[in-house]
This record gives sequence, structure tokens and C-alpha cells, in this order.
Amino acid sequence: MNIYVLLKRTFDTEEKISVANGQIQEDGAEFIINPYDEYAVEEAIQIRDDKGGEVTVVSVGNEEAEKQLRTALAMGADKAVLINTEDDVENGDQYTTAKILAEFLKDKEADLIIAGNVAIDGGSGQVGPRVADLLGMPYVTTITEIKIEGESVHIVRDVEGDSEKIETKLPLLVTAQQGLNDPRYPSLPGIMKAKKKPLDELELDDLDLDEDEVEAKTETIAVFLPPKKEAGRILEGELSDQVQELVNLLHSEAKVI
Amino acid sequence: MSKKVLVLGEVRDGALRNVSFEAIAAGKKVAEGGEVIGVLIGESISGLADQMIHYGADRVAVVENEKLAQYTSDGYSQALLAVVDRENPEAIIFGHTALGKDLSPKIASRLQAGLISDATAIEEDGGDIVFTRPIYSGKAFEKKKVSAGLVLASVRPNNIAPLEKDDSRSGDVYPVNTDIKDIRTIIQEVVRKTAEGVDLSEAKVIVAGGRGVKSEEGFKPLQELADVLGGAVGASRGACDADYCDYSLQIGQTGKVVTPDLYIACGISGAIQHLAGMSNSKVIVAINKDPEASIFSVADYGIVGDLFEVVPMLTEEFKKLKVATS
Repeated sequence: MNIYVLLKRTFDTEEKISVANGQIQEDGAEFIINPYDEYAVEEAIQIRDDKGGEVTVVSVGNEEAEKQLRTALAMGADKAVLINTEDDVENGDQYTTAKILAEFLKDKEADLIIAGNVAIDGGSGQVGPRVADLLGMPYVTTITEIKIEGESVHIVRDVEGDSEKIETKLPLLVTAQQGLNDPRYPSLPGIMKAKKKPLDELELDDLDLDEDEVEAKTETIAVFLPPKKEAGRILEGELSDQVQELVNLLHSEAKVI
Repeated sequence: MSKKVLVLGEVRDGALRNVSFEAIAAGKKVAEGGEVIGVLIGESISGLADQMIHYGADRVAVVENEKLAQYTSDGYSQALLAVVDRENPEAIIFGHTALGKDLSPKIASRLQAGLISDATAIEEDGGDIVFTRPIYSGKAFEKKKVSAGLVLASVRPNNIAPLEKDDSRSGDVYPVNTDIKDIRTIIQEVVRKTAEGVDLSEAKVIVAGGRGVKSEEGFKPLQELADVLGGAVGASRGACDADYCDYSLQIGQTGKVVTPDLYIACGISGAIQHLAGMSNSKVIVAINKDPEASIFSVADYGIVGDLFEVVPMLTEEFKKLKVATS
């Protein structure tokens, strides 16, 4: 099995977000593998261990994403590729990223491509399906289970709490939902081995892509924080009075009931 | 500049979802006086077309085919692209639901178009249509526009108010026939877990439990409260990790981001990841034994107390209120 994982470096979920000059401030923030992509890495490793083959982790970003790619290698991926767009792409969007990834993947004869179903920063969930479409591949999003038998693939996917059982075939792109697996922590020997595993760096030129061809279709005009919530009211008194007061407040003051 | 806009209607259990009416309202804004055309895709769904018109669509295109009885990205994309071919719209609006999330990127890719996902507000600004959308799971927001070409957007449920229903509106309902072929993902079975049929992303009221719920059994009083309020039950990651409930209920930075009218957090401490998923709810109630719990910092109303005492009392009070107001 020739497996590719699409991985994005994102803010740690613990981080508070601050905005200055219309941009999210990254200074001093901790970065992680996007949690949904972590499920993708884990699943890819498990499938490879079961079926044989190779797992390649790919990220579009700047050289700082090397750290997250190394972490994926330490978890057990075999190879990593960083498509460094720092010099070429100023304001990319999902169209940009998908186009670059598809261009990279088009001659790789991937049997299976696994991505996270959404990145916790941008939150669009577009890149996986867009890549599949550009490659002419079927895709299944938000999967919680995947079993491969020969060319046949049995999938369970989460649909707003319900599950769909799906039959499809390789080659295929899937996007990972929570519950797919429990991602492992890199082991110490894993971390040591990862240092020797190949991590290639490419630029748009290497993919025969022009900046124009990947120009974003959308534009961010402003970034801002949500209005601060005023501290609410902690009710007091006998519990039964509090409950009654709460129901009255929700009914007459907040008017949500 | 007025635009011709397609709005995809979404059918669940034989009825249009509320988000479809919200999407029509969004479509009207994007159209700036232009035409809004509803699109219905399915097996026998043409009966729902009038409803789209009552909520503001000018016409409705209906693509019916037995192969469209269930949603597949291959089937639905062929159907929707057939309508696009015929109408040449300048914008397409989806609901940001499981279906919309799955389908819209494929359509955007096919049409080489920009797509703004998960919009919570739409405004006109200096000739541009500008969308507001949450980033970092609601810890921040961005305003975005499509710079060139077709405008595609998906709208988050519960954020854009539908237009008032007007039963006197009428419009053309017409079939679009197209071959549906090569469906590569076959749905064998759908297992319904959400018994009450109130989906978290669309629920007006959410009763959520955290580690304080203590067990699977502990979710029962929360479900009873949700039932009385016509709401849905959600959970924090802590509760899911402890196996008290299914991951599909998880609300937070990983998991679902929700914006109901009323969010009742029961035994949830309020980790920053959880707050990201719910702090934009309109009204938040926190019930927790620990007065220092950070959930109280985002709550409009708080009760310091044991959820197993408070929740059943709340259920009883809401029952009384229901009787009194009905």
C-alpha cells in the first residue's frame, strides 16, 4: 500500500488567540500537528503495519512545519515531504493548497490518501475533497473506521452523530474524524529513528507550478476577536429558588425559552 | 451588482432542514436583488419545492432520480452541476452541514471557484459581498470575500435568520433531467444514533455534560432536560474520553462548534478547548459544584451546585412553564 497523509501544522489547542495589526499573533505560540491529521497519521501507520507498504506525510507550509513532519516520522511514518511555499505564496487559500498537493500527488500512484477532516485553525474542511476531485479520486469524509480487503474498502463515517456504512474501492481519499483511533505518542527509539528518515523539501518550481496557477480565489479582509463576554450572574439562595429564578430569567430576561 | 444565486435545499426525513431556509436568506443577501433559485436533489422531493419559494426562493430546480435517494458526493455533484450548466449562476449557497461540508469543496473544485465555508454573517461592503466566519474554532473571526469568479459559500446553521414565511409567494418549479452514473461510494446502511432527531449543529438548545456527569447513566437527566426543551445533548471531551458518551457528541475545538440560543453546561469545568466550541452560544448557563470553574467566566447565569440535584429540578420547572404558557 502506497499511503499518503496530508498534514498541517496548527496552533496548539491550549493557545489563546491574540490579534495585532489585523493578524493572528504567532509569537511564542506552541504548534502541533492538527489533531485530525494526527488521527490520519496513526491510521496510515496501522494500515501499513497490517498490509505492508509505505507512509509518506506531506505538508504545505513553511520550514517550521518540519518539526511536525518529524513528529509524524517519529510516530512511524516512513517519509516526509515539505512543500515550502514561503517564498512563492503570500496569501494562499484552500484552492491554493489543494492545487499544490494535487500537483505533487498526481504521479505518485497513491492507493490511499488520508487527511484530517478539518484543520482547527482555518476550519474550512475543504482541502481533502478538493484534492480528491483534482486527482479524480472518490473520497469519504469524517470516517471513524476503515477496513481494507484487497481493492475493497469498508468504511464507517460519522454524519452528524449517525453512522453511514460505505463500500468503495482503492484508490481513495478519506478524511479522519475523531474516534478513528488513539494516536500514539512518539517513542524515544521512534524519535531517534525519525532523525534519519528522509524529509524532502520542494518548492513550487519543483512541481512546475507558477504562482499564478495557485493564486487564491478568496481574500481575507479582516481578522478580529469575538466581543468579550461580560461576567454573568451567579445565582444565590436556596437551590430551589435559584432554579426557579433561572427559569424566569431565561424566559423573561434572556427570552430564549 | 445583482447576481443569480443557487441555494441547495437539504432534505432530512422527508422535510427540508431549517438551515435550507437560512441558506435562502443568505442567498437573497448575496443576490443583491437578483434571482434566487432553490435546488432540490433526491428521489421524490418535488413536493417540498413550494416551501423553498415560501421562504424566499424565486424558482426551484428539481433533480429527481432513484440514484439520488441517498446523498453521495458523486451523485449530488452531477445533479447540482447539471443545474449549474443550465442556469449559469454567479453564486451557490450551501448549508454548512455534513452534506454541505462534503459536497461544497467538490463543487468548488469542479468550478475552479473560491468557497467560503462556515459563514455566520453576510454583509455588503463597498460593492463586495463580505462573509464573516469563525477561525480557531470561534476563538477569532475573519471577514472574507471571493476575489474573482463564482462565489461559493456554506452557512453555519442557526446564525442567519430565515426570511418570514410567505405562503402567498409562488414561482416556477421545474425538473432538470440528467444521467446519474459512476457512483463510486455505495452506502450500505445508515445507523441512526440520534434517536430524537435533534441534531447538535442545528439545535436551539443544547444540554451538555462533562466529567461531572460521572457515567453513561449520568447523561439520563441531561437527556430528559433536553427533551423538555426540544434540544439536543452534547458533551465535553472529558466525558467522551471517559466513555460516558459517543465522540459524535463532543463539543469543542476538536469536535463540534455550536451556537445554540441556549447552552446549559452541566459538570463541565470549561477547558479552553471546550469554550472555543460553545462560547458564541447566545445564552450560556453553567451548573457546576466548583465555584472556581472557568465555565462560569463565559456563563450568563450560573448555579453553583450538584448537577444531579439541579438538572432534575430544572426539568420540572421547565415542564411547569410549558404548561403555564401553552
